Amino acid sequence: MFVIKCPFCGEREQSEFKAGGEAHIIRPKQPTELSDDQWAEYLFMRKNIKGIQFERWVHTHGCRKWFNVVRDTSSDKIKAVYKMGEKPPSE
Amino acid sequence: MSKNLRVKSSKFIDETYKVSFKFNGTTYYGYKGDTLASALLANDIHLVGRSFKYHRPRGIMTAGSEEPNAIVQLHNNTSRTEPNVRATEIEIYEGLEASSQNCWPSVNFDIGGINNFLSPVLPAGFYYKTFMWPANFWEKYEYFIRKSAGLGKSPTEPDPDIYEHKYIHCDVLVIGAGISGIMAAKTAAKNGFKTLLVDEKSYLGGSTIYQNSEQFKINNQISNSWLEKEINEIKKFENLEIKTRTSVAAFHGYNFLLARENLTDHLPLDQRTNKTRQRLLKIRAKKVITATGALERPLIFDNNDRPGILLSSAIEKYANLFGVACGEKNVLFTNNDSAYETAISLYQKGINIEAIIDNREEIDSKLIKEAEKNNIKIYKGFTIVNTFGYKRINKISIMQLSKDGQKVVGSKISISCDCLGISGGWTPAVHLFTQSGGKLKFRDEDQVFIPDIYPSDQISVGSCNGDFTLDEIISSVPNKLKEFLNIKKTDYDNLEIYSSYNKSKRNIWLLPSDKVIGKTKPFVDYQNDATAKDIKLALREGFRSIEHVKRYTTTGMGTDQGKLGNMHALGIISETAGSKMGELGTTTFRPPYTPLTFGTIVGRNVGEYFDIFRKTPIHDWHVKNKAEFENVGQWKRAWYYPKDGENMHDAVQRESKAARDSAGILDASTLGKIDIQGTDASEFLNRVYTNAWSKLAIGKCRYGLMLNEDGMVYDDGVTTRLGENHYIMTTTTGGAATVLGKLEDYLQTEWPELDVYLTSVTDHYATISVCGPNSKKIVSQVIPELDFSDESFPHMSFKNTKIDKIKCRVMRISFTGEHSYEINVQANYGKSVWEKCMEAGKEFNITPYGTETMHLLRAEKGFIIVGQDTDATMTPIDLQMNWIVSKKKYDFIGKRSLYRSDTIRDDRKQLVGLLTENPDEVLEEGAQIVADIKKSPIEMLGHVTSSYYSPNLKKSIALGVIKGGKNMMGQKLIIPMENKQINVTVADPVFLDKENKRLNA
Ligand SMILES: [Zn+2]
Repeated sequence: MFVIKCPFCGEREQSEFKAGGEAHIIRPKQPTELSDDQWAEYLFMRKNIKGIQFERWVHTHGCRKWFNVVRDTSSDKIKAVYKMGEKPPSE
Repeated sequence: MSKNLRVKSSKFIDETYKVSFKFNGTTYYGYKGDTLASALLANDIHLVGRSFKYHRPRGIMTAGSEEPNAIVQLHNNTSRTEPNVRATEIEIYEGLEASSQNCWPSVNFDIGGINNFLSPVLPAGFYYKTFMWPANFWEKYEYFIRKSAGLGKSPTEPDPDIYEHKYIHCDVLVIGAGISGIMAAKTAAKNGFKTLLVDEKSYLGGSTIYQNSEQFKINNQISNSWLEKEINEIKKFENLEIKTRTSVAAFHGYNFLLARENLTDHLPLDQRTNKTRQRLLKIRAKKVITATGALERPLIFDNNDRPGILLSSAIEKYANLFGVACGEKNVLFTNNDSAYETAISLYQKGINIEAIIDNREEIDSKLIKEAEKNNIKIYKGFTIVNTFGYKRINKISIMQLSKDGQKVVGSKISISCDCLGISGGWTPAVHLFTQSGGKLKFRDEDQVFIPDIYPSDQISVGSCNGDFTLDEIISSVPNKLKEFLNIKKTDYDNLEIYSSYNKSKRNIWLLPSDKVIGKTKPFVDYQNDATAKDIKLALREGFRSIEHVKRYTTTGMGTDQGKLGNMHALGIISETAGSKMGELGTTTFRPPYTPLTFGTIVGRNVGEYFDIFRKTPIHDWHVKNKAEFENVGQWKRAWYYPKDGENMHDAVQRESKAARDSAGILDASTLGKIDIQGTDASEFLNRVYTNAWSKLAIGKCRYGLMLNEDGMVYDDGVTTRLGENHYIMTTTTGGAATVLGKLEDYLQTEWPELDVYLTSVTDHYATISVCGPNSKKIVSQVIPELDFSDESFPHMSFKNTKIDKIKCRVMRISFTGEHSYEINVQANYGKSVWEKCMEAGKEFNITPYGTETMHLLRAEKGFIIVGQDTDATMTPIDLQMNWIVSKKKYDFIGKRSLYRSDTIRDDRKQLVGLLTENPDEVLEEGAQIVADIKKSPIEMLGHVTSSYYSPNLKKSIALGVIKGGKNMMGQKLIIPMENKQINVTVADPVFLDKENKRLNA
């Protein structure tokens, strides 16, 4: 079980959080203008990386804030956390 | 009477405190401090069980948690019974009753023992190969296999004991309190770390604490007395917590560990009342030091499993710690120096040693010289080729090993004995390290796997790191601690060591025999009866992966997870297949390290606390009025209210009729309620619901449907506009939490620019729904100052009002199709308002109804229930609810998905009504719907989602989803059941009052 550092509350047990899948997938502003394939790309296609992955997490049993996590999926090590809207760490 | 083999008093045993216990019905005596195993051995009892497959007699093999054979059932036929307890771990107490497992009818006469003689026909994979065919015979096989094989009996009564869970946070966790663990704990504590030291045994000091020979000295003191002083010192640290009888079960990522602390299992039964029996410790440690020691390896030779054969280190422990001789004519068999340690211990205690058989030819260490000095006969370069004695070993035969160790030469020598100690070297206990995700490397020189790559902030020290001998430990542990804890010095930097142990070892995984392998039984996994022969057979049959061989032969799959024999299995595979040990990998060690009781795992979460439930503010009234309850999510909801012995059907029919004929009342408090405020609240609703919200007037209500981004129906409910920038949304009972979560997600991540605030108020309000033609009369009596005229208070509108000075919100909305009102009042007034409605409704026979009647009434109107009539594959179009999907809105969640090529198909499953040919025939929910029964395979068109007998329509009605159902109105279809076919006709899903006249009746 991970320890996750919520950017608002600090370090907490993983059981207080929920994972929300890949980060930085932006909902298209004009969905009606997209082809089926383009919409499917947004809706269904996810990278599922073995290695460094950018993910969304929410502090469900805490401040209820969403934020981003950089996690190495092969070791489960969390490399960074940052708030929604902030730039992902470059490395 | 049995013999007394207690040889010399030991300070670990309290001989003034006699303890009586029963084993297989006979009473024996031991002393406080004994384990069941040591007490049995003191009574000269070795035979304690039968093996799993061949039912061979088996004896105590070890003195620790790795024991494969001596597993017993405690307190059989009582509520406290427990199977699979290792006799080597359980401490005896007054009143202990234990019995052998895995033997029927008794350990001395065992019917399954015949398997031993049938063993040529019971090879590896036997169960897979034989009992599988013919398939329908399995039930018959299973009866005999279970009866004669099973691993203990589970209790049939509730567990009377108390268990609990506890969180512990520490800077440094030290696992194992042997010499390395004691050094680690003291060093950590002395440097200010908040330290926790745990050990599975009842005492501290590991195997060094009973090592009292002159052959091992630290600073010129015998190693045990040196360690004793260290232990006394660590007890003084306030920042060091010590827990004995505490076994680490699991080592997870991020240094999260689970341990079981045994608190009462060693106490007499009458001293356990009202005490916590076991505690599950959930430990989060910044740093972990693993000092779990090593397990002695057995040696693999023909008939190496007879009672009386023990690990050599176990014999030493029984002599030194418990003062018990395992036999009167002892023989030791070894490939390394460890057995000589045992020999010297036995000699000191005056226990007779017949001989030592050593695989090694050229050996020369101080330890061996010491043994020779004591006139112990040593056979160098020899191996055991066979053993004799059915229920107890009585003889061995030995032969000389060839130079390459591949075969035996010369003539056989027989030696009689009643106890044989075997020592195949040591295996580091890396189980917890690998559980944590650690990677091992193979050390060729002594054929061991040792920790290599650490996945978290942890180290392994001492024997579990492959540093077995006293001098290796003392020279490696302090340096490792300095680096790991980032400190300059330890108390152990300049210790003077004397150790007469020589590390030489002659490793032969499978010892040769004068017989062909097919005629021998060299056991590798004692508990599961897997032999070297089985492993070789698996390889011949084509298995290569260690994980496959493990499953096929069941090696390592017992309750001991093969702690003794796994290395030999690997060795034999690598030798036979010609692959390198390091490249084969190891099987995965899984938690728990030793078995856990269910009680420990669930802790206090038993009975009514197993799964918490939520009660509405009106719950007590429902209980008092004999409601039956149904679980909806975590809620207990009134299901129906049986009257005068009514069954469920009769009660629901009566409630449904009363609601339409006069008045019904429902506790709807469980509906999710979300308070929505902010200048962008209307825009927000536009984006999350399929229909338009901007033009909804203040004081009006609207039904909304919410989709997922994939276009599938997610939730529904009525939302009311309370003010310009203020709404109250209702959700389904089960969807309340996830809907709030989803709305928050969109607000925070996609539309942070919107000025909207969400607050869950589900628990803050009680919701009472009064429906039926007389509902207006009843509610207007409860709230006399409110104008209930249709002009002032029409359908789909709301009023702020008061009942006896208590503020409340009244909505005129309906889920039954009847004229109805929903009163929302602060939760703690809920019951009193409910009772007021009951009082006012008396003259109209107001009838409380539960969720079942609610479902029936809405089905008559064709209203869907999300999650019953939908299953995350239904769009609003599939539900024939096109009317609620706005054509004008540019976007809302899920809109784009409604015209993907897949969602616009005509032959999707669509919601329809179903009427049975026989109006009294009620369909089964979930039943399949077909058109052509003769077609093969039969095409499944869909299934029934809701089905009831309607007392108002006096016929059976149902909803279902059918491929292309929208265009099948009036078509006849078939519902095939187990013993009949039911003919149905596709109908309009609205069965009652299509014109909605009753809403204003
Ligand atoms: Zn937080």
